[in-house]
Amino acid sequence: MTQNYYQKEIETMSAEDMKKLQSEKLVKQVKHVYENVPYYRNLMDEKGVKPEDIKGIDDLHKLPFITKADLRDAYPYGLLAKPLEDCVRIQSTSGTTGRRVVAFYTQKDIDLWEECCARAIVAAGGTKKDVCQVAYGYGLFTGGPGLNGGSHKVGCLTLPMSSGNTERQIQFMMDLNATILCCTPSYAAYIGETLKEQGYKPEDIPLKAGIFGAEPWTEEMRRGIEEVLGIKAYDIYGLTETTGPGVSFECSEQTGMHINEDHFYAEIIDPDTGEVLPEGSKGELVFTSLDKEAFPLLRYRTRDICVLSRKKCSCGRTLVKMAKPMGRTDDMLIIRGVNVFPSQIETVLLNEGYQPNYQIVVDRVKNTDTFEVNVEMTPEKFTDKVAEIISMEKSLANAMKAMLGINPAVHLVAPKTIARSEGKAVRVIDKRKLI
Amino acid sequence: MAIKQLTVFVENRQGTIATITDLISAHNINIRALSIAETEDFGILRLIVNDENTAEKILAEHGYLIKITDVVGVKISDEPGKLSEALKVLDENKINMEYLYAFMARTEKHAYVVIRVEDNGAAESALLNAGFKIVTEADICKL
Repeated sequence: MTQNYYQKEIETMSAEDMKKLQSEKLVKQVKHVYENVPYYRNLMDEKGVKPEDIKGIDDLHKLPFITKADLRDAYPYGLLAKPLEDCVRIQSTSGTTGRRVVAFYTQKDIDLWEECCARAIVAAGGTKKDVCQVAYGYGLFTGGPGLNGGSHKVGCLTLPMSSGNTERQIQFMMDLNATILCCTPSYAAYIGETLKEQGYKPEDIPLKAGIFGAEPWTEEMRRGIEEVLGIKAYDIYGLTETTGPGVSFECSEQTGMHINEDHFYAEIIDPDTGEVLPEGSKGELVFTSLDKEAFPLLRYRTRDICVLSRKKCSCGRTLVKMAKPMGRTDDMLIIRGVNVFPSQIETVLLNEGYQPNYQIVVDRVKNTDTFEVNVEMTPEKFTDKVAEIISMEKSLANAMKAMLGINPAVHLVAPKTIARSEGKAVRVIDKRKLI
Repeated sequence: MAIKQLTVFVENRQGTIATITDLISAHNINIRALSIAETEDFGILRLIVNDENTAEKILAEHGYLIKITDVVGVKISDEPGKLSEALKVLDENKINMEYLYAFMARTEKHAYVVIRVEDNGAAESALLNAGFKIVTEADICKL
C-alpha cells in the first residue's frame, strides 16, 4: 500500500531533528506560560523552577505536573495564556466525571488542531476525492469540530452530520456515497447494526474507512465494525485539555496511534511517584503542549494508562506510538479490593456473542460491595425457556469471574434499554458512599 | 400441525404486561391464552393469539424482543382426570415437557392445553394414538 502523508517532513522526521524541534518549542513555551499565566508561575515557583532552567526536552521532568484538579481550580480563565481578544473559540468537556473543562483556542491553535486531524484522515487513506461523514457531536464537544476541520484541510467533501438521527445518517451515507465515517465506535457499531437490519450487506455500503475515538473500544469491537460496514477502522485519540481528537492517530499498521509529537510531547509516569518511566513501561500518560498559544498545558496528567513505543513502523512515520489506553486511573473500579476495568467486561461480552451494551452497578450493602452487570439480551440468544436464560446469565457471570477474579451478578435486560451510542453511554453506576 | 406461540421478553417493571396487551388489542387481535414465567430479573410472556404475525410485527416495531415458538395444543374434555391422562401419554412415550398451560373455551365443554416439548411431531402422534384431539392454527382462529 502506498503511503500518503499530510505533512511528510514532520511525520517522517528523524529522531534527532524531532528532538531539536521539540526542545526549541518547549523553551519558548515555558517562557510564554511563566510570563502569562500566574497560576502556572506559582506552581513553578513552588517547585523552584525558572524558565531558564529548561534548556531542552531533557529538562522537561523538572516542571511541575498539572492535573484535572488544577483545571477545576483555575476555571474558567485561570490558565488562559493569551488575552481573550486573541481567542476565537472555546470547547468543553462533557463533564461526565462532574468536572467540566473549558479550553480556549487562538486561530493558530485551531489550525494546528485541524492539521493534526488532517494527518489522521490522510493516514486512514483519505484524499480530496473522499466524502467524509462526520457523525461526532458538533458543539462544545471537540469530536465534530475537530474532524470537520481536518476534513476541510484534506479537501474532502465534508458531511457535517453531527451525531444522532441514524435514519438520516444512513440516507446521506448511501445517497452521497460517503467513503469515510468519523464518529464514536459505539455509534459506528449502532449504524452498522441498523444498516444490517435494513438488509444492507457490507459490499452495498460505500464506506472504505472509519476514524473512531472519544471512548474506549476493544479489538473485538474493531473487528465487528470492520465486518458489518466492510471498512478498515482506525483509532483516534485526543482530549479537550490538550486540543481534542488528533493528539494521536492510527496508520495502516493498526498497532497503536502515532502521537503528533511536534505539538504534544508524551511521557509515561508512575502514577504514584510521578517518576518518568522508560519507553515500553506501562503507566500514566502525560502530555505537554509544545506550541499551543491560548491554553497550553505543561505536563498534564491524562489519567489514561498507556505504553509508548518507538519501534519502526511500516507506514514510514517516525512519530512515537501509544498503545490504546488500557483503562483510566480514575474510571478503574475497585470492587471487593479487585481492580476492574469496564473494558474487561466488554471483552467478555464480545467473546460470548453479546453486543457490548452493558451497565455496571456497584453498591455497598452491610460493608460488602455488590457487583452487578446488566447486559442486553440479543434476538439470537432469546429463547422461550426460562432455565436457558438463567443458565446464560450464569455462564456470563462465570466468564466475567475468570477474567476479573470476582463474581458479578449478571442480569439480562431487554434490548435498547441501556442508554447508548449517540451520546456517551453510562457504563458505570457506583452507588457506594465511602466518605 | 403445531400451533404458534408468541414469546416476549419482558422486564420486571410495573405496567409492562398491560402495555403489551394494549398494543395487541388496539389492533383487534384476540388473546386466546396467556402465561408468564418469571424470575427476579425478567419474565417471559407466552401468548396464543388469533393473528400471531400481526402481533409479532406490532410488538417488534415497539422494540420488544419477540420470537414465535411452535407448541402443541391438545383438546381435552372438561372433567377431572383428563389432563393427567394426556400427561401420562407423554410420560410413557418418554417425551420431556418444558412447560404447559391451559385455557377454557367459552362455549364448549372442553379445555385446551398448550404443551412445549422438544419434538412436537412425536408428542402429537403419541397423543393422537391415545385418542386425544390436537388443536390446529385453524381451530385457534375459530375459538
